[in-house]
Amino acid sequence: MISVQQLTKVYGTTLAVDHVSFEVEKGQIVGFLGPNAAGKSTTMRMLTCYLAPTSGTATINGFDIFHQSQQVRQSLGYLPESVPLYAEMRVDEYLEFRGKLRDLPADQRKKRIDYVVERCWLGTVRRKVIGHLSKGFRQRVGLADAMLHNPAVLILDEPTVGLDPNQIREMRRLIKALGGDHTVLLSTHILPEVEAICDHLVIIAGGRIVAKGALDELREKRKIEARVLVECQGPASDVKLALERVNGVAKVELLESDVKGVTLAAIKAKEGYDVRGEAARTVIQRGWPLREVKYEHATLEELFVQVTANQAMARVEEEKAA
Amino acid sequence: MSVTTTIAKRELSSYFFSPIAYVAMILFLAACGVAFIDDFRPGQVVAMRSIFDWMVWLLVFIVPVLCMGLLAQEFSSGTVETLMTAPVTDQQVVLGKFLGAMGFLLALVLPTLLYVVLLAIYGRPDYGPILSGYLGIVLVGALFTAVGLFCSALTRSQVVAAVSAAAFLFAVTVIPWWVRGKVILDQWISKAVDQFVQTRYADFSKGVIDTGNVVFFIACTVLLLFLTIKVVESRRWR
Repeated sequence: MISVQQLTKVYGTTLAVDHVSFEVEKGQIVGFLGPNAAGKSTTMRMLTCYLAPTSGTATINGFDIFHQSQQVRQSLGYLPESVPLYAEMRVDEYLEFRGKLRDLPADQRKKRIDYVVERCWLGTVRRKVIGHLSKGFRQRVGLADAMLHNPAVLILDEPTVGLDPNQIREMRRLIKALGGDHTVLLSTHILPEVEAICDHLVIIAGGRIVAKGALDELREKRKIEARVLVECQGPASDVKLALERVNGVAKVELLESDVKGVTLAAIKAKEGYDVRGEAARTVIQRGWPLREVKYEHATLEELFVQVTANQAMARVEEEKAA
Repeated sequence: MSVTTTIAKRELSSYFFSPIAYVAMILFLAACGVAFIDDFRPGQVVAMRSIFDWMVWLLVFIVPVLCMGLLAQEFSSGTVETLMTAPVTDQQVVLGKFLGAMGFLLALVLPTLLYVVLLAIYGRPDYGPILSGYLGIVLVGALFTAVGLFCSALTRSQVVAAVSAAAFLFAVTVIPWWVRGKVILDQWISKAVDQFVQTRYADFSKGVIDTGNVVFFIACTVLLLFLTIKVVESRRWR
């Protein structure tokens, strides 16, 4: 649905996006992740035909972003980072205007406006002036506009920035519901967001892609293994010894606990073993009150720090070599 | 075409939400009213010479204010990003903005038709020069609007857009007229000075429709619109 090949953008002498390539399949929700100023927005602006790439190309819905710009724009909905709207217009006036710009016929336009207003919970503010709306509502107006013409592809630049926690949850639910029918590319630097919404991930740092793939695949690739956390009230060294004897345990590491008298142990299991049951039984048999057994995925945070740090290291080495 | 008119309509209606447009309208109409006192006296030619002469001076300052936001505001508020990622071409955007601003300019001039009615009630007006005067105002207005739009495309700041457009219009309208009045010129310089806006426009208010003048205004307007499109296009490459 989205296919990006060697996309590059140079502003003056600054290289903002450096030979970026990735693919997004139909119906996927892909998180476009990176630290600030990594080139996320610039890439999105090129994909939406707002900026022309310095070199490289991309196709959206089969159309080339440079040579078939009008068709590309027809088949995508875009929510820019700052959610720019005409402050003096009313919500439904604005949506009507956007529908006309996209050449939706009158009857369809009315139906689609009703649909997106309901879908984005805008019913109560339809007749309100956009300038008087709160940030959360404006964000939803922006999203309603992006969805208005039922585009095959949605490109959302930091859709949850500036929202309160409730609104963030609502927005995530909405975006998640959009997957399947629409292909969604969303950028963010908030990691839990990607875990909550996306099934695929592209990580960009310093204008280059440093990791991409399905979330699970990426974790696998980076070899941050899952671990089991055991929390119990027992002497630390004994707990460690006991757990190490459990079948399938590769390594036990003691972590610092906030509570006095409580031992927190992190178990790395051998491949193919689930040690939770055995570990719990061992602790109970020894008479140590068990507080918690928890299975923990490698967090995206670790993955992110690892890949972006690698990127930074590579840069430093490159500079040294030069 | 429908996209162009959609943009033009939005632009036109946004004027009616802007206090500065109302202020401009009040100033323009008040000044026209004062000028009309000269036309509306016993013994005067029953036409609107002085009102038309005045209108041009007023437009030099009013049009830049009306046009300053056309593109500069889109750039500074970021709405240009949503506008330009919708399936519209740069030409449609520029033309739509131009037509929207022209629409408001016509709305600005329209109330002065009241003076024609007054003249018709109290005398027998000479409709020829009045008609040609209005044609002149529309043509000059189009040129000024194109200048304002061009300046608005160059910057994100509305103030810079307004000041640079006013300075440019002042230079091509007021200064040549002032030079002509003050100094005795060589023949070739005076010919050159006549090529500017004021002299060409004066013909219209006298009732003369010279094809050369019509072509001059239309050609300059088209040239400026073309340049504006190029400026808007170039943004994509920066």
